[in-house]
Amino acid sequence: MLLIPCPWCGLRPEIEFSYGGEANIARPADPAALTDEEWGAFLYLRTNPKGRHAERWRHANGCGRFFNAVRDTVSDFFETTTKPGELPPSGGKS
Amino acid sequence: MGESVEREGALDLLATATRLAASGPEARLVLRVRPAGVAAASSAFGVDLPTMPCRAERAGACAALWLGPDEWLLLAPAADEGCVAAALEDGLAGHPHSLVTASHRQTAVVVDGARAAALLAIGCPLDLDLAAFPVGMCTRTLFAKAPIVLWRQGVARFRIEVWRSFAPYLWQVLDGGLREGLAE
Repeated sequence: MLLIPCPWCGLRPEIEFSYGGEANIARPADPAALTDEEWGAFLYLRTNPKGRHAERWRHANGCGRFFNAVRDTVSDFFETTTKPGELPPSGGKS
Repeated sequence: MGESVEREGALDLLATATRLAASGPEARLVLRVRPAGVAAASSAFGVDLPTMPCRAERAGACAALWLGPDEWLLLAPAADEGCVAAALEDGLAGHPHSLVTASHRQTAVVVDGARAAALLAIGCPLDLDLAAFPVGMCTRTLFAKAPIVLWRQGVARFRIEVWRSFAPYLWQVLDGGLREGLAE
Protein backbone atom coordinates (compact mmCIF):
# COMPACT_ATOMS: atom_id res chain seq x y z
CA MET A 1 0.00 0.00 0.00
CA LEU A 2 1.32 3.40 -0.98
CA LEU A 3 1.34 5.88 1.89
CA ILE A 4 0.91 9.56 1.00
CA PRO A 5 1.86 12.25 3.52
CA CYS A 6 -1.09 14.61 3.90
CA PRO A 7 0.20 18.00 5.12
CA TRP A 8 -2.43 17.92 7.87
CA CYS A 9 -3.09 14.27 8.70
CA GLY A 10 0.34 12.71 8.13
CA LEU A 11 0.99 9.42 6.37
CA ARG A 12 -2.26 7.97 5.07
CA PRO A 13 -3.16 5.16 2.66
CA GLU A 14 -3.46 6.00 -1.01
CA ILE A 15 -7.07 4.80 -1.15
CA GLU A 16 -8.14 7.89 0.82
CA PHE A 17 -6.80 10.29 -1.81
CA SER A 18 -7.91 11.50 -5.18
CA TYR A 19 -5.62 12.90 -7.85
CA GLY A 20 -6.06 16.53 -8.85
CA GLY A 21 -3.89 16.84 -11.95
CA GLU A 22 -0.83 18.98 -12.61
CA ALA A 23 -0.17 21.83 -10.17
CA ASN A 24 0.57 25.49 -10.81
CA ILE A 25 -1.53 26.01 -13.91
CA ALA A 26 -2.73 29.60 -13.75
CA ARG A 27 -6.10 30.35 -15.28
CA PRO A 28 -5.77 33.08 -17.92
CA ALA A 29 -6.99 36.42 -16.56
CA ASP A 30 -9.09 37.16 -19.64
CA PRO A 31 -10.15 33.91 -21.34
CA ALA A 32 -12.18 35.80 -23.96
CA ALA A 33 -8.99 37.38 -25.31
CA LEU A 34 -7.37 34.01 -26.04
CA THR A 35 -7.33 32.21 -29.35
CA ASP A 36 -8.91 28.79 -29.51
CA GLU A 37 -5.43 27.24 -29.60
CA GLU A 38 -4.32 29.10 -26.47
CA TRP A 39 -7.52 28.19 -24.62
CA GLY A 40 -7.23 24.58 -25.74
CA ALA A 41 -3.64 24.52 -24.50
CA PHE A 42 -4.71 25.87 -21.11
CA LEU A 43 -7.43 23.25 -20.82
CA TYR A 44 -5.71 20.18 -22.16
CA LEU A 45 -1.94 20.45 -22.67
CA ARG A 46 0.07 19.11 -19.76
CA THR A 47 3.77 18.50 -19.31
CA ASN A 48 3.36 14.77 -18.56
CA PRO A 49 7.01 14.32 -17.51
CA LYS A 50 8.82 11.09 -16.86
CA GLY A 51 10.20 11.78 -13.39
CA ARG A 52 9.63 14.69 -11.06
CA HIS A 53 6.12 16.08 -11.34
CA ALA A 54 4.35 18.86 -9.41
CA GLU A 55 0.74 17.89 -8.92
CA ARG A 56 -2.35 18.43 -6.83
CA TRP A 57 -3.96 15.83 -4.63
CA ARG A 58 -7.01 15.86 -2.44
CA HIS A 59 -7.35 13.95 0.81
CA ALA A 60 -10.92 13.14 -0.18
CA ASN A 61 -11.65 10.55 2.50
CA GLY A 62 -9.70 12.33 5.21
CA CYS A 63 -9.50 16.03 5.91
CA GLY A 64 -10.98 16.74 2.48
CA ARG A 65 -8.33 19.33 1.57
CA PHE A 66 -6.36 19.88 -1.61
CA PHE A 67 -2.59 20.08 -1.35
CA ASN A 68 0.44 20.18 -3.62
CA ALA A 69 2.88 17.34 -4.03
CA VAL A 70 6.06 16.58 -5.91
CA ARG A 71 5.97 12.97 -7.05
CA ASP A 72 8.26 10.91 -9.20
CA THR A 73 6.08 9.49 -11.94
CA VAL A 74 8.47 6.58 -12.45
CA SER A 75 8.85 5.34 -8.88
CA ASP A 76 5.69 6.88 -7.35
CA PHE A 77 7.94 8.33 -4.64
CA PHE A 78 6.44 11.41 -2.98
CA GLU A 79 9.32 13.86 -2.57
CA THR A 80 7.31 16.43 -0.69
CA THR A 81 3.77 17.55 0.02
CA THR A 82 2.79 21.09 0.97
CA LYS A 83 -0.31 23.00 1.93
CA PRO A 84 -1.75 25.26 -0.78
CA GLY A 85 0.20 28.51 -0.97
CA GLU A 86 3.30 27.08 0.73
CA LEU A 87 6.62 26.49 -0.95
CA PRO A 88 8.26 23.08 -0.59
CA PRO A 89 11.27 22.92 1.80
CA SER A 90 13.70 22.86 -1.12
CA GLY A 91 12.20 26.06 -2.56
CA GLY A 92 10.95 26.52 -6.08
CA LYS A 93 7.55 25.55 -7.36
CA SER A 94 5.58 22.64 -5.95
CA MET B 1 -31.76 3.30 9.58
CA GLY B 2 -31.66 -0.22 8.22
CA GLU B 3 -33.35 -2.98 10.12
CA SER B 4 -30.15 -4.77 10.95
CA VAL B 5 -28.84 -1.68 12.72
CA GLU B 6 -32.08 -1.22 14.63
CA ARG B 7 -31.65 -4.56 16.29
CA GLU B 8 -32.32 -4.32 19.97
CA GLY B 9 -29.28 -4.32 22.17
CA ALA B 10 -25.77 -5.33 21.34
CA LEU B 11 -24.60 -8.33 19.43
CA ASP B 12 -22.34 -10.03 21.91
CA LEU B 13 -20.07 -12.81 20.81
CA LEU B 14 -18.27 -14.15 23.83
CA ALA B 15 -15.60 -15.86 21.80
CA THR B 16 -14.10 -12.54 20.73
CA ALA B 17 -15.45 -10.44 23.62
CA THR B 18 -16.02 -7.77 21.01
CA ARG B 19 -19.42 -6.19 20.64
CA LEU B 20 -21.21 -4.05 18.11
CA ALA B 21 -23.86 -1.64 19.27
CA ALA B 22 -25.94 0.89 17.39
CA SER B 23 -26.03 4.19 19.21
CA GLY B 24 -29.27 6.04 19.86
CA PRO B 25 -30.35 9.35 18.41
CA GLU B 26 -27.90 12.19 18.81
CA ALA B 27 -27.54 15.78 17.67
CA ARG B 28 -24.86 16.18 15.01
CA LEU B 29 -23.71 19.45 13.53
CA VAL B 30 -20.99 20.12 11.02
CA LEU B 31 -19.29 23.44 11.59
CA ARG B 32 -16.93 25.17 9.19
CA VAL B 33 -15.27 28.33 10.39
CA ARG B 34 -11.90 30.05 9.97
CA PRO B 35 -9.31 30.02 12.79
CA ALA B 36 -10.46 33.48 13.95
CA GLY B 37 -13.84 32.04 14.92
CA VAL B 38 -12.64 28.92 16.72
CA ALA B 39 -12.51 30.52 20.18
CA ALA B 40 -16.00 31.95 19.80
CA ALA B 41 -17.35 28.59 18.62
CA SER B 42 -15.63 26.78 21.50
CA SER B 43 -17.20 28.99 24.15
CA ALA B 44 -20.61 28.85 22.48
CA PHE B 45 -20.54 25.05 22.25
CA GLY B 46 -18.87 24.44 25.61
CA VAL B 47 -16.16 22.19 24.17
CA ASP B 48 -12.74 23.40 23.05
CA LEU B 49 -12.68 22.74 19.31
CA PRO B 50 -9.48 20.76 18.70
CA THR B 51 -7.07 22.53 16.38
CA MET B 52 -4.61 19.62 16.30
CA PRO B 53 -5.41 17.49 13.26
CA CYS B 54 -7.40 14.30 13.84
CA ARG B 55 -8.23 14.87 17.50
CA ALA B 56 -11.50 14.87 19.39
CA GLU B 57 -12.37 16.79 22.54
CA ARG B 58 -15.15 15.93 24.97
CA ALA B 59 -16.84 17.95 27.68
CA GLY B 60 -19.77 16.37 29.48
CA ALA B 61 -22.16 14.85 26.97
CA CYS B 62 -20.79 16.92 24.06
CA ALA B 63 -17.86 16.30 21.78
CA ALA B 64 -16.06 18.11 18.98
CA LEU B 65 -14.26 16.05 16.34
CA TRP B 66 -11.67 17.59 14.03
CA LEU B 67 -12.54 16.69 10.44
CA GLY B 68 -10.43 19.22 8.55
CA PRO B 69 -8.39 22.39 9.23
CA ASP B 70 -11.59 24.45 9.31
CA GLU B 71 -14.19 21.74 9.82
CA TRP B 72 -15.56 20.00 12.92
CA LEU B 73 -18.24 17.45 13.69
CA LEU B 74 -20.09 18.45 16.86
CA LEU B 75 -21.98 15.82 18.86
CA ALA B 76 -24.53 16.63 21.54
CA PRO B 77 -27.54 14.98 23.21
CA ALA B 78 -30.47 14.72 20.79
CA ALA B 79 -32.71 16.96 22.89
CA ASP B 80 -30.15 19.79 22.77
CA GLU B 81 -29.97 20.10 18.99
CA GLY B 82 -31.97 23.34 18.80
CA CYS B 83 -30.28 25.13 21.66
CA VAL B 84 -26.77 24.06 20.61
CA ALA B 85 -27.38 25.34 17.08
CA ALA B 86 -28.86 28.60 18.38
CA ALA B 87 -25.97 29.12 20.81
CA LEU B 88 -23.43 28.58 18.02
CA GLU B 89 -25.24 30.95 15.67
CA ASP B 90 -25.26 33.59 18.41
CA GLY B 91 -21.63 33.05 19.34
CA LEU B 92 -20.47 33.12 15.71
CA ALA B 93 -22.51 36.18 14.72
CA GLY B 94 -19.42 38.15 13.65
CA HIS B 95 -17.64 35.28 11.90
CA PRO B 96 -18.41 33.90 8.45
CA HIS B 97 -19.24 30.25 9.00
CA SER B 98 -21.36 27.33 7.91
CA LEU B 99 -23.33 25.32 10.45
CA VAL B 100 -25.24 22.35 9.10
CA THR B 101 -27.43 19.98 11.09
CA ALA B 102 -26.60 16.41 10.13
CA SER B 103 -28.33 14.55 12.97
CA HIS B 104 -30.45 12.42 10.69
CA ARG B 105 -27.85 11.98 7.99
CA GLN B 106 -25.65 9.69 10.01
CA THR B 107 -25.83 7.11 12.71
CA ALA B 108 -23.17 5.57 14.87
CA VAL B 109 -21.91 2.09 15.58
CA VAL B 110 -19.78 1.43 18.62
CA VAL B 111 -17.21 -1.36 18.44
CA ASP B 112 -16.15 -2.31 21.91
CA GLY B 113 -13.99 -5.11 23.19
CA ALA B 114 -10.54 -6.58 23.36
CA ARG B 115 -10.33 -7.28 19.63
CA ALA B 116 -12.02 -4.11 18.42
CA ALA B 117 -8.96 -2.89 16.50
CA ALA B 118 -8.49 -6.29 14.88
CA LEU B 119 -12.12 -6.34 13.82
CA LEU B 120 -11.89 -2.85 12.30
CA ALA B 121 -8.77 -3.84 10.42
CA ILE B 122 -10.87 -6.05 8.14
CA GLY B 123 -12.17 -2.91 6.41
CA CYS B 124 -10.13 0.06 7.58
CA PRO B 125 -6.81 0.82 5.86
CA LEU B 126 -5.39 2.82 8.77
CA ASP B 127 -2.79 1.65 11.26
CA LEU B 128 -4.90 1.20 14.40
CA ASP B 129 -1.96 0.46 16.69
CA LEU B 130 -2.16 2.61 19.82
CA ALA B 131 1.06 4.39 18.87
CA ALA B 132 -0.31 5.40 15.47
CA PHE B 133 -3.94 5.85 16.42
CA PRO B 134 -4.07 6.85 20.11
CA VAL B 135 -7.14 7.25 22.29
CA GLY B 136 -8.84 10.53 21.39
CA MET B 137 -7.86 10.38 17.72
CA CYS B 138 -10.59 10.72 15.14
CA THR B 139 -10.58 10.95 11.39
CA ARG B 140 -12.62 10.57 8.27
CA THR B 141 -11.58 7.44 6.48
CA LEU B 142 -13.01 4.44 4.66
CA PHE B 143 -14.38 1.19 5.99
CA ALA B 144 -14.56 -1.27 3.12
CA LYS B 145 -16.57 0.80 0.61
CA ALA B 146 -18.19 3.15 3.11
CA PRO B 147 -16.88 6.59 4.11
CA ILE B 148 -16.85 6.84 7.90
CA VAL B 149 -15.61 8.97 10.76
CA LEU B 150 -13.63 6.77 13.10
CA TRP B 151 -13.08 7.89 16.68
CA ARG B 152 -11.06 5.96 19.23
CA GLN B 153 -12.82 6.55 22.54
CA GLY B 154 -10.81 4.06 24.54
CA VAL B 155 -8.00 1.57 24.11
CA ALA B 156 -10.52 -1.02 22.89
CA ARG B 157 -13.52 1.18 22.08
CA PHE B 158 -14.20 2.81 18.73
CA ARG B 159 -17.13 4.86 17.56
CA ILE B 160 -17.94 4.84 13.86
CA GLU B 161 -20.05 7.65 12.43
CA VAL B 162 -21.55 6.49 9.17
CA TRP B 163 -24.16 7.80 6.76
CA ARG B 164 -27.49 6.10 7.36
CA SER B 165 -27.68 4.56 3.91
CA PHE B 166 -24.30 2.86 4.48
CA ALA B 167 -25.14 1.69 8.00
CA PRO B 168 -26.67 -1.73 7.14
CA TYR B 169 -23.70 -2.45 4.88
CA LEU B 170 -21.20 -1.41 7.53
CA TRP B 171 -23.01 -3.47 10.16
CA GLN B 172 -23.08 -6.55 7.97
CA VAL B 173 -19.37 -6.35 7.19
CA LEU B 174 -18.52 -5.95 10.88
CA ASP B 175 -20.97 -8.67 11.87
CA GLY B 176 -19.45 -10.97 9.26
CA GLY B 177 -16.02 -10.23 10.68
CA LEU B 178 -17.18 -11.13 14.16
CA ARG B 179 -18.69 -14.41 12.96
CA GLU B 180 -15.53 -15.33 11.09
CA GLY B 181 -13.57 -14.60 14.24
CA LEU B 182 -15.94 -16.89 16.10
CA ALA B 183 -15.45 -19.66 13.59
CA GLU B 184 -11.67 -19.66 13.90
